[in-house]
Amino acid sequence: MTSTLDSHVPTVPTGDPTGLGRRGTGADHLDLLEAHAIFVLREVAAECERPVLLFSGGKDSAVLLRLAEKAFAPGRLPFPVLHVDTGHNFPEVLAFRDQRMAELGEELLVASVQAAIDDGRVPDPGPEGSRNRLQSAVLLEAIARHRFDACFGGGRRDEDKARAKERVVSLRDALGQWDPKRQRPELWHLYWGRVLPGEHLRAFPLSDWTELDVWRYIDREQLDLPSLYYAHRRRVVERDGMLLAVSEHVSPRRGEVERVETVRFRTVGDATCTGAVRSDASSASEIVAEVAASTVSERGATRADDRVSDSAMEDRKREGYF
Amino acid sequence: MGPLTSTSSVAPGRPGELLRFAAVGSVDDGKSTLIGRLLHDTKQLFDDQLAAVGAASRRRGAGELDLSFVTDGLRAEREQGITIDVAYRYAATPARTFVIADCPGHVQYTRNMATGASTADLALVVIDATSGLREQTRRHVCIASLLGVRTLVVVANKMDRVAWDPAAYERVVRQTEELATSLGAQVAAVVPASALHGDNVAVRSDAAPWYEGPTVLEALETAPAGGWAGGSGSRLAVQWVLRRPGGGRSYAGMVSGGTLRPGDPVTVLPSGHRTTVASLGTADGPLAEAAAGLSVAVELSDDLDVGRGDLLAGRGEPPVVTDRVDATVCWFAPAPLLPGARYLLKHTTRVTPGEVEAVSDRLDVRTLLREPAQGLGENDIGTVTLATADLLAVDPYRRNRVTGSFVLVDPATHATAGAGMVARPLAAGSPGPTAV
Repeated sequence: MTSTLDSHVPTVPTGDPTGLGRRGTGADHLDLLEAHAIFVLREVAAECERPVLLFSGGKDSAVLLRLAEKAFAPGRLPFPVLHVDTGHNFPEVLAFRDQRMAELGEELLVASVQAAIDDGRVPDPGPEGSRNRLQSAVLLEAIARHRFDACFGGGRRDEDKARAKERVVSLRDALGQWDPKRQRPELWHLYWGRVLPGEHLRAFPLSDWTELDVWRYIDREQLDLPSLYYAHRRRVVERDGMLLAVSEHVSPRRGEVERVETVRFRTVGDATCTGAVRSDASSASEIVAEVAASTVSERGATRADDRVSDSAMEDRKREGYF
Repeated sequence: MGPLTSTSSVAPGRPGELLRFAAVGSVDDGKSTLIGRLLHDTKQLFDDQLAAVGAASRRRGAGELDLSFVTDGLRAEREQGITIDVAYRYAATPARTFVIADCPGHVQYTRNMATGASTADLALVVIDATSGLREQTRRHVCIASLLGVRTLVVVANKMDRVAWDPAAYERVVRQTEELATSLGAQVAAVVPASALHGDNVAVRSDAAPWYEGPTVLEALETAPAGGWAGGSGSRLAVQWVLRRPGGGRSYAGMVSGGTLRPGDPVTVLPSGHRTTVASLGTADGPLAEAAAGLSVAVELSDDLDVGRGDLLAGRGEPPVVTDRVDATVCWFAPAPLLPGARYLLKHTTRVTPGEVEAVSDRLDVRTLLREPAQGLGENDIGTVTLATADLLAVDPYRRNRVTGSFVLVDPATHATAGAGMVARPLAAGSPGPTAV
């Protein structure tokens, strides 16, 4: 089904995501995104003393981990890998995480939200409460404990409006905070890896990748992902316009009806607040086509608000008919 | 070309040719609205994003859909109705993939505008046709041009406010042609448009029958993407030394300035040792050639002392090895740049202490004339002579954007204080600073 749309596309795309060189011969957009991500990984690894790569088992961090492998092959990763574990996991994601780490032969550090709750270091949001916010506190604790000065993350600028503003190498102050009004100027490819004591950096090698680029890359490179990214039958309940997977962390509330549907996950996070989407896409290439045709953003698909969306659809249709 | 008719705006196959452009212009000339309009009319906005924009518009009494809310992502930006920092947006049509840097218009955020323009191929210059070219827009076009962005697509915006009077359009044409000529830049198109109503942005308007040129989108799809000629000959700044399992090393970095091939003679700088490329490749295997913009690892035919910060220079005129340069510097720090001051300088992958020997002039952006100066204040641009502790292998910026650029960093705070472009390498051997 991609072939019909392919015909619209020039067959020899040339470009340079960096704007820094002559256009490549035979290098396409994905090659150049890959090259830039690898450049960032090497630059931060070289300039920082104790970097770490954040790995959740989600698709973006799976791409990031593969790029890190490529950046330092045939050597080992020059930094450890850290999973901030909410304890509200999908079993497929944990299995994938462990499988990837075994393949790499690298050590995995785990910063556990559950352990932090058990020790009373962070408040317990309850069995069905989202632990997304608690992840930050647990991550900052791990950064302080290990004295990390840079964290690689899989964040992308197309994810939301605030992320669109963030630098590739972005400073966090001694309290771990991002001050968007005081970002360092970041010119060309001259990333600065040094910080004052207590500060650290977040480095985003996938800054200029879109969701579609990530899927094109997964398809091209035939990267493994947790199975829940592909269409499968699953017990779900509909809540706040989202399809939540029924699990040990989520059970139907009064008035909610459990159903079995064919779904896949577009993002993977805390199982209590990550919604599935109805989909029959069972391969990366089918997902590329699905994402290209999607009318709802990645975040929107998992945080839907139907009432607002309806009026926007009207606006869009009216605006679209100029 | 022109507006898309397909409901799926992004072709799922291979993406089109990439164009990175910076949207520049003065505050209130309608830059964010134009970007919002461009994304909206090419169907790059998702339903939920549009819903959020619509809700924000109605809440603020800004009508049904104020498209400027699409790019202003910070709370302070929405509250003040201005853009503080550059926002990156992504769009694709069948013809091209776009990375858009929506730059702030306020003079106090010039550093962020320069951040956005430093990686751009083209500048989209938005001008309010009711008021014409403003000083801040001249400043932006001037900085973009110094940064090597020499192709301009100009939008004469708010044409609906002047009843599509061709005279207002002609004034913008005249003003921008004049500016471009004095900067050595090219105007690819001047498009009369209304970002508010969508006229001539992605959809051709009936409002200006006298205009026969492209829409904004058509201009962006057809303007030369290779605004950056460069052509210094191939360079690779070593980022990382990779050790091969059976012994031997390869040098990882990104190619710039030209294509690198196995067998190419290379000079290792600053040491000056000559050797050849034995092989080059990536983790996926060897390559017959590596174009600019690719990250590769290079094996050399001879066993030399090569490390991070060294530069491999291929065929063509070699870079100049020196510890003194004249450079055009954009100054960002609140404290002035003065002779005798010391900073850390990052050039390619090398960090070295640097000292300001002299400030010779400062650019007056209103007249575009250089006037004598002893220092540079915040947001000033001028010519500075710098001495460095290490020898650097530099090209003039106009010949290579990578080996011709550097940043100056305050060693006490690690804040980026300025951005430099090598204008002229000077003779080496001056007594440089020893430490900062």
